[in-house]
Parts: sequence; structure tokens; C-alpha cells
Amino acid sequence: MIVASWCTVTPGWYMALAAVLFVIGASGMLLRRNALVMFMSVELMLNAVNLSFVAAGRELNVIEGQVSVFFVMVVAAAEVVVGLAIIVMVFRRRSTASVDELSDLRG
Amino acid sequence: MENVLVSLVPLLPLGGAVVLLAFGKRLGEPWGGITATATVAASFGLALAAALGFLGGGAEPEIVTWFDWLPALGVRAELLWDPLAALMTLVVTGVGAVIHLYSIGYMEGDEGYGRFFAYMNLFAFSMLILVLANNFAVLFVGWELVGLCSYLLISFWFDRPTAAAAGKKAFVVNRVGDAGFLVALMLVFSTFGTLDFGRVFEAAPAELGTGLATAITILLLVGATGKSAQLPLYVWLPDAMEGPTPVSALIHAATMVTAGVYMVARTGALFDLAPVSAGVVAVVGAATAFYAATVALGQRDIKRVLAYSTISQLGYMFMAVGAAAYVAGLFHLLTHAFFKALLFLGAGSVIHALGGEQDMRRMGGLARRMPLTFGTMLVAWLAISGIPPFSGFWSKDEILAALFQRGGLWTVLWGVGLVTALITAYYMSRLMYLTFFGERHWSEGVHPHESPPVMALPLLVLGLGSLVGGLVNTTWRPALEHFLEPAFEGLTTATLPEGVTLLLLATISAAAGLAGIIAAADIYMRRKAAREEGPVWDLLRGGYRVDDLYARVFVDGGGALTRFAATTVDEKGVDGAVNGLARLTGWLGARMRPLQTGFVRSYGLVVLVGAVALLAWFLSRGVF
Repeated sequence: MIVASWCTVTPGWYMALAAVLFVIGASGMLLRRNALVMFMSVELMLNAVNLSFVAAGRELNVIEGQVSVFFVMVVAAAEVVVGLAIIVMVFRRRSTASVDELSDLRG
Repeated sequence: MENVLVSLVPLLPLGGAVVLLAFGKRLGEPWGGITATATVAASFGLALAAALGFLGGGAEPEIVTWFDWLPALGVRAELLWDPLAALMTLVVTGVGAVIHLYSIGYMEGDEGYGRFFAYMNLFAFSMLILVLANNFAVLFVGWELVGLCSYLLISFWFDRPTAAAAGKKAFVVNRVGDAGFLVALMLVFSTFGTLDFGRVFEAAPAELGTGLATAITILLLVGATGKSAQLPLYVWLPDAMEGPTPVSALIHAATMVTAGVYMVARTGALFDLAPVSAGVVAVVGAATAFYAATVALGQRDIKRVLAYSTISQLGYMFMAVGAAAYVAGLFHLLTHAFFKALLFLGAGSVIHALGGEQDMRRMGGLARRMPLTFGTMLVAWLAISGIPPFSGFWSKDEILAALFQRGGLWTVLWGVGLVTALITAYYMSRLMYLTFFGERHWSEGVHPHESPPVMALPLLVLGLGSLVGGLVNTTWRPALEHFLEPAFEGLTTATLPEGVTLLLLATISAAAGLAGIIAAADIYMRRKAAREEGPVWDLLRGGYRVDDLYARVFVDGGGALTRFAATTVDEKGVDGAVNGLARLTGWLGARMRPLQTGFVRSYGLVVLVGAVALLAWFLSRGVF
């Protein structure tokens, strides 16, 4: 167990920062209506996780943490391409990006 | 050497069938028919050569092994060449060849000429497999194959709805009998562990209890009643007359329908152990003989008279083998093959001459127009009526004498047989008088003519057989009995009375035949066509309405069952289950719909809560 202290930046700090970023992202995801902003929130959450991976990899002295991050970044990039395209198309068609108004699939 | 001969006997007709099926159309007329006739005739020659050893006496039965067929059951494709098989083979190939020859003329110009002879050859092969089998499995194969050929040939003119229906009827009714036969084979196998004739019959006296023997033999009898058209499974045979007449002669008179008689004789060792079953066989035979003879009285269609006559004569054979008079039964089988084939071919000749007319009311006075047909049919008529010295007299008399000699209740069967002999002579005389005597009743524009030589020659050959066929087993020279002796060695067989009793019995049975002929002459010769009207005649003509009864019980009953299965079981049960599942899914879906709110953010919340819950669960389990 690593004991955190105020003078050195231990991995615990990184973990804490990652948690904060994740919560910000999650809150944005749940509270904002604009699809674009929600999208940014998702990116934030992904990067929070990336941060925790890198920190953990560094701490445990293994390469897998960084490798995982690359995977996540590649997938996220691909997802952004598709997601943004969808949002642009939706906006063109309905002149809005508010997800609350996009509820055609309600049961 | 003999092995090869015996193997070739069934294989030649098979080869003919294959060639005709493949090239029948190209061979054309009359080469297709000649090919078929030649193969069967060659089989006859080979069988005769192979049987010479038995004729001389002293030759041992031979077993010809073809190949291992069902190693798991120890069943091999084997042929047995013994006197019984030899006799049957000679009858099948001899009469078969003659009828094939006749068919060349009869089927002239038919669209399915090649197909007809292919089926006929296939039938000859199947029947030979049946009679040459050395175990129950091969016997069963032959048994089913002849049934198939019978079906194919009855419905040969399949564009006639009646012919197609008759073929189906024959097939279905035979299946009923075959079911019993099959169960009998299973019982034999479970008891003896083998289906081999020799081993089963050898082990039977020691291993087979009376109860089991009775069960097996009764089931065998069920099979025999189907194939040999005995009560209660005879209904298919009269309808089988829808087929071409040579088929009626060969399959439904001379050979296939005698398979049941042959089978009972072959399994005599089992019937020997089950006196009850043997009695049942004889009673079924007697009942059938009498019943069918009475029905034959009322028929107007010339072929249907002969069909019921065949059923009746088969009843005689069953009486004989049931009374353990195997030789007498097979003797009658032999003579019947001659005279009944002749009667059918003669009837075919008449039908041919009248341009397809089968109703005897529109015949009459044909004797002078068709002297050869009339002459040969005269011989057959006297033979079936039991007039000495024609063949039928000897065999029928031997059966009746054997029944009489057994005494006790068997005397009743003798009485039934005697009365049936009288009725037989009566209805056959009626047929002859209506067809050949009296005034002409055929329609204008029909010019009866004698058949061509290719059809006349078979009539002459069979006429000769009907005339002198009885001499193979007379009282003073029982050649057939000596010939068949080895096949029934060790069985208790019926004996014949001797001296004055035999002579007296012979006189009585001949007198019965004569009485029938004279009685019929009194009615049909003097008063020309008797009126034959009223409820009794209708009942006889309709075969006691048995067909209606069967239609009501089995056809309607089966229909009701299938309707129940189709509507209640299938529509309500099977479909109900499937539809119910669909309704359940729909109902569940309706209940779950509100979960899909359409608000992306609430979905996100659910995902988050789920992830947190999962994480909490992992942590509490101590996975990390």
C-alpha cells in the first residue's frame, strides 16, 4: 500500500484526479441536453480512465497500462468520427441537438 | 455347378428387368416382350436342370450363399435349393414364361409395353427370391417385393382412377398382413437368435413352447391371409382385376397369391408345434373357400368371377396345409396354377376379342367364334370343377380325402369343402354357359375373332397342363409326394385313406362337381340368362357388402382419426403451443415497453447505476 503524503505526487493523486474527471464527465453526461456536450463528457470519462490506466501501469511497472490507453484512444477516435457524423446529420434534419427532443424510440 | 444354376435362376429376370427399365422404350415391340419372356424361360430351363437331381432322388438340398447381408443379426443372403423350393421355382418360371409369352400378344400396342415387361420380370425375380430364400429375412424381402410388383402392375394403367385406387387398396391391405408377419419374424429372432430356416426348425421342438409357437404361427397366418387373399384380408384381390389380364393370371392367380400357402408349408415345423394355429389355418381356409365361392355366384364381370374363384381355391390350399396335408396343398397349388392361369388367359382372350368387354351379360355364343379359346377353357373348366381325369380333380380330391381321414371336427371341414366343390362347379359352369353358349349378346359392331398364335400357344400349353397335370400325383403313382418327401421330413403329415374309402370319397367329390355342372346347365342353358335379381343376388354381387363395411369402419374410422389429429391435436395442440408462446412474448413486451422512455440521459443513468452496482458487487465479493 502506498502511503500518500502532501509533498510528493504519488499515484493516489492521479487516481483521485481521474475519479474527479470521471465524475465531471458522468455529471455532464447526465445533466446536459446538448448532444455535442454530452459527447465531450463521454470523452472526458474515457480520458479519466486512460489516466488511471497510465498511472497504474507506471506504479506497477508494467507496459499494459499504456497499451490499453492506446487501444482506448483509437477506439474513441473512431467513435468520435461516427458519433459526430450522426449528430451533424441529426442537426441538419431536425435543427436541434437536444437529446430530450430525440425520443422517437420511446416505447 | 448347381450353385451357379440356382443363383442364375432369379438373377436372369432381374437382369431382364434392369435392361427393360433402362432401354424398354428403345427395344420397342415386340423385342421388349421377347427379352422378358426369354429370361424367364431361361430361368425355367436352368431350374429344370438344377432340379434333375431331386427328380432322380438322392440329391441333397443345397445352400447358395451370396453375401453377408446383416452381419449384426447373422443374416446372410442365402438361397435354399430343396424340393419344395424347386417345385415353386418351376411353377413360377414355367407358368411365368408362358404368361410372358401371352403378354407379347395381349399388350400389343400398349403405351407402356416396355414398362409392363420390366415389371413382370421384376415380379419373377421377386417371387423367386421369396421361394428360394433360406431365411426369414430374405423371405421377407421377396414378400415385400412381390407386393410392390403387384401394386405396380394392378395400377399399371394408372390414368384410370379405379386402377390407381385398386393398386393402393392392394398395397394397404397387404401392409396389414405384413405387420403381423413382421412381428412373427421378431418373435422368431428373439426366441432363436437366428432367422435361418434350418436352425430355427431344428431348434423349434426343443426351445419353443406351445404358447409361443401358437403366437408366432398365428402372426405368420396374418401375413399369409394378406398375401394370399384369405378372410378377412381378401378384399384387395377382386379389385386387383383392374390390372392387365396377364397380371391377373400370373400374380393374382398362379403365383404371388400362393405365397401364403408356400410360407405355411415352409414353416410347417412351427405349425407342427401349434395344433391350434394349424386348425385356425384350416378353418380360415374353409371359411374363405365357401364364402368366396358363394360370392362368385353373383358376379357379372368375368374376371371378378375368376378372382373370387381364386380366393376360394386358395382357401382349399389353406385347408390342406392347415390339416398338415402339405403335399396335397402344394399339389393343388400346382394344378391351380395351370387351370386358373388358363382361365384368366382365356378370359383375357375373350375380352381382347370383344374389344374390352368384361360383362358376361354381353357375351354368349362365342364357342364357334373362338374354338381354341373355348376348347382350352373347357379343359380348365372341367379341371376346376373336379371332373376326372382333369388335373383339378386329383388335387382337390386329395385335399378332401386328407381332411376326411383326420376325422373328428375335420370332417366338418371336409363337408364344407365338398359343398364348396359343388358351388365351384356351378359358378364356373355359369361363366362358361354365359360366355360361350347360348345366343350372342355382344353389341353391334363387335367382331369376335380368335387370338393371334402368340396368345394361342400359351393357352395350349396351359391346357395341356390342366389336362394331365394331375397325373404327377395319383394314388397309384404319388410322384410329387416322393419328390417333396425330404422337405417335410420329421413332420407329422396327414395321411390319405386307402382302398374303398378313397374310391368312395373320390366318387363323391366327382359327383359333387358333376352335380354343379348339371344344375347350372339346367338354369343357364335352358332359360338362357337367368334373371338373377332380388336382394339375395344383390347381396352376393356386392360380396356381402364387406367392402362397404370395411369402408365404414376402417376408411371412415381412419378418416375420423386423421381429422381429429389434424384439427384437434395439430391445430389446437401443436399450433396452440406455438401461438401461445407468441402471445406470451407479446404480453411480456407490452409490459416492458414503458422502460424505453426515449430519454437518452435516463438510459445513461441506468448504465451508470448498473456499472456502479456491478463494481460494488465485485468489491463486496473481493474480486479485486
